[in-house]
Amino acid sequence: MTEIVSAAVAADHSTPVLSAKDVTKTFKVAGGSITAVDNVSVDFHAGKVLAVVGESGSGKSTLARMLLRLMPVTSGTITYQGKDVTNLGGSELRRYWRDVQAVFQDPFASFNQFFSVGHMLKRSLRLAELDKGTEDQLIETCLGYVGLKSADAMHKYPHQLSGGQRQRVMIARALMMNPKVLLADEATSMLDASLRVSVLNVLQELRDNLHLTVLFITHDIGQACYLADEVVVMEHGLVVEHGTTDEVIFTPQHDYTKRLLADVPDLQGSLKTRSWEPGAPAHVPPPAKDS
Amino acid sequence: MTKSLMRANNLTAVYAADSGQDVPAVDNVTLELPEGQILGLAGESGCGKTTLGTALAMIANPPLYVVAGTLEIDGNEINLSTLPKNANQVHRPYRGETVSLLPQGAMNAISPTLRIRDLVVDVMRAHNGSVTKADALDRASDRLKMLEMPTRVLDSYAHQLSGGMKQRMVTVISTLLNPALLIADEPTSALDVSSQKALIEMLLAMVEAKIMRGVIFITHDLPVLSMVTDRLAIMYAGKVVETGRTEDLVNNARHPYTAALLSSVLDPTEDTRTKHVLGIPGSPPNLGNPPSGCRFHPRCKFAMDVCSTTEPKMLSEGDHDFACWWAKEHPRETIPMEVTHA
Repeated sequence: MTEIVSAAVAADHSTPVLSAKDVTKTFKVAGGSITAVDNVSVDFHAGKVLAVVGESGSGKSTLARMLLRLMPVTSGTITYQGKDVTNLGGSELRRYWRDVQAVFQDPFASFNQFFSVGHMLKRSLRLAELDKGTEDQLIETCLGYVGLKSADAMHKYPHQLSGGQRQRVMIARALMMNPKVLLADEATSMLDASLRVSVLNVLQELRDNLHLTVLFITHDIGQACYLADEVVVMEHGLVVEHGTTDEVIFTPQHDYTKRLLADVPDLQGSLKTRSWEPGAPAHVPPPAKDS
Repeated sequence: MTKSLMRANNLTAVYAADSGQDVPAVDNVTLELPEGQILGLAGESGCGKTTLGTALAMIANPPLYVVAGTLEIDGNEINLSTLPKNANQVHRPYRGETVSLLPQGAMNAISPTLRIRDLVVDVMRAHNGSVTKADALDRASDRLKMLEMPTRVLDSYAHQLSGGMKQRMVTVISTLLNPALLIADEPTSALDVSSQKALIEMLLAMVEAKIMRGVIFITHDLPVLSMVTDRLAIMYAGKVVETGRTEDLVNNARHPYTAALLSSVLDPTEDTRTKHVLGIPGSPPNLGNPPSGCRFHPRCKFAMDVCSTTEPKMLSEGDHDFACWWAKEHPRETIPMEVTHA
């Protein structure tokens, strides 16, 4: 399978903030091994949103975990600001985690239910090693970025917040470290449409105002279309297409990208092309896939 | 209109809170589903969709009580408020045979230590103790063949199947008894787009084959609903605010809440590249103390004085019902979408 990289992306010679070069992850399983991420090279440029799209099991999250250094790579290198961070450890790794922060899919699972928002945020600040006096100010500012007020949010427990608020608190927590890169792994998948838009708008503002670099992992091409500057399409651990959002979504080259786009339900197209009506001739389902 | 399969009349369901105050999660809802059709139930998280599904499936357990409402289904009229409080004592054939509920996250409920075929036998035996193992499995494999799915799935354990396949299997199992009505609660939400499509096509094939005679499809995902449903009902804060044919609702929303939900949909189109969606400001109200008048008025761009004082009545324009003061003053006018372009 050949990777399709558009000319516009290949021509971007500015030094990337974070880059993965030939990164591979192999998991040993009974009777062999599975290559979850296969020789992937991606550059993240400052102040841009790069979306990684693909179906479940395509290796998106494994790639993110390796970039976050939560999981060792099998081979390949990860470079941050020109420095090899593939095998960092100890205090250097903690410093890396200040610059590269993450928000995950399930905003409920990321909270300790017995801690109030304020308690959780203050605990997280230990990583930033700040003075006591500046803590409250920083929390106030970061909650402000995501449209929350500390007076309203600090004393609340996770169950008292809506899904969208929880996810915004998680983004605020990540921002307190003043990160250069934010990895959002399906961060909006569990939210309903209107909350999803408000979180996407927050990411958009952070990119435009704070020049934040965002890795946005999603299976929803519609969200990538709304937010991303560049799109990487992954299938079975391989990058099959990489280009600007307009190129990948409006002129897809790879068959897999075309199939992903064809499977996206939309409000109008599916109504027009719907083959099924009550009482219409029998509908023949496509051959079922068993994977 | 074709014959009605199901009609829920004036259904009210409350959660009894510790404070002694009842929280009505479903408030005076009337809903109709014609024979052979799929009805979509949409709305934000916490608007009462799942509670309505639970009440209709007759499995309301304390602290959820159905305090009023009747369900006309398949020729029966069932008074939902006088059913036993413990759902296990509800007349067994009502559940699974008359109405079958596919709960949210059902695919994660498959036992990790049993094969799929054991689940099939368990479900069949729960309704008919004399069913032999072989008969139950025959029925399941016939069903799978009919839907062009591999029958060897029956011999698998849950961890050997993908999320999409697990979800399709629980859907098949929940309809083995040919229920009149299937209520599917967020069946596609945890799946990626390709698995979503496979599940939807299977559901349509099942309705086509008359395995069940109607489906209530609950999700907040409007694009999925517009692909699969004939009719839509939009819920807000425990009430149905708009209902009609899917095409009419999508193209000609008459309630500002429906319009706001529709404007939040992100299709991969050139329009999405440049538009800036504001979403719906604020958050859904506390159902224990809902706003006066129209419950959506504090978040509505079109709110007028009357909206905060008097609850709007359901109005009809043909086969399209909605409860909105603005729509009443602007007959046959589509609600403008709240979207700006960069």
